[in-house]
Amino acid sequence: MIRAFRALVARDLTLAARVGGSGTLSLVFFLMIVALVPFALGPDLNLLSRIGPAILWLAAVLATLIGLDRLFQADEEDGSLDLMTGAPAPLELVVLAKVAAHWLTTGLPLALASPLFGLLVALDGTAMAATALTLLVGTPALTFVGAVGAALTASIRRGGLILAVLVLPLMIPTLIFGVSAAQSALGGTVPFATPLTILAALSLIAAVIGTFAAAAALRWSE
Amino acid sequence: MRLTVTGLAVRRSGRRIFAGLSFALGPGEALMVTGRNGAGKSTLLAVLAGRLKPDAGAVRADDVGEASLPECLHVVGHRDGLKSALTAEENLAFARDLLGDPALTPGAALAELGLAHALKLPVAYLSAGQRRRVALARLLVCRRPLWLLDEPTAALDTASQGVLAALMARHRAGGGLVVAATHQALGLADARELRIERPPLPAEDSAEAFA
Repeated sequence: MIRAFRALVARDLTLAARVGGSGTLSLVFFLMIVALVPFALGPDLNLLSRIGPAILWLAAVLATLIGLDRLFQADEEDGSLDLMTGAPAPLELVVLAKVAAHWLTTGLPLALASPLFGLLVALDGTAMAATALTLLVGTPALTFVGAVGAALTASIRRGGLILAVLVLPLMIPTLIFGVSAAQSALGGTVPFATPLTILAALSLIAAVIGTFAAAAALRWSE
Repeated sequence: MRLTVTGLAVRRSGRRIFAGLSFALGPGEALMVTGRNGAGKSTLLAVLAGRLKPDAGAVRADDVGEASLPECLHVVGHRDGLKSALTAEENLAFARDLLGDPALTPGAALAELGLAHALKLPVAYLSAGQRRRVALARLLVCRRPLWLLDEPTAALDTASQGVLAALMARHRAGGGLVVAATHQALGLADARELRIERPPLPAEDSAEAFA
């Protein structure tokens, strides 16, 4: 079972490294959105640094959607998914491995790169660190929620837009607590730890529900 | 293992594909599923593989211990389940780790199918026939008693068809089962044949379909 899990993660990481694709693309997309905001708002540094964490989070939510539609669809098309359903390992484990690999190639780089992109919206050191930490804790929730949508749209051609419409409303709680955690680090009445622990709880809940729901969706679509 | 199928009926999108299909296979036996295009050969294999729920009837596997039916079988079908960006070796090694109960190494399995030189080549560089042979090599990297083959000789050259026939004979000699949907003779010695005919549609059934 552990061997199958490791094989799945290793395969998806190799594929992501070799095909390039979604990891780099979502990072570039993230950069694009963050870079566009100062152009739209003008060079008001106070305003930018006040709404900076919100912009980074919004960009992260949108960037997570890139590549999510191919998470199960690519395997559905070439028959690899049939291979995985015939494996002794339960489908939930397969989903968990694939989502973990997907997060390592999209969510993690996003969180790690966010301090750099924070420069574009005039964040100071504390705010950069806080935003990066909230993204690190919160992006797993986004990926797991997205995985449910990806499983539901796996057999639909061009299901990317449907996927976005399906999962974006479900990402709202994560967005709220992610931004409020990052804002509270900048000062305010709420201590930083409160929204951050709620954010961590959201990630854990999404990991459990997302894994089972995505596996159920894959079984149902067959 | 023994495979017993009784009274199988399948309906897809309200249209009946086949009904009342029964057969039983014991160790070392083979079944050739024939019938014209669209008769439901692939549908039957999908039901056997557990990918499609039948409307009526049952598929039972005996003498396999605790394993469920999908864990006792290999499927090689139209979609070969190979990743183009990975090499033939990586594809087979992945299948070996995922499916469990490893037998031959990827290198040895490819050598059996005469593709030893393609071991380190990305599957994207291979031709349709070579890809099919890599998919067939998956049969050898893990031990599973039932082989479900959907048009296994499609895109294969004559020499490879001979190799496949020899592999199936060896699998059956070891007590394995083969169910193959095909239009051609596969070189299966004394295989039984199941011909799927489209059942005549009763009048009320067809009226229902258009209602």
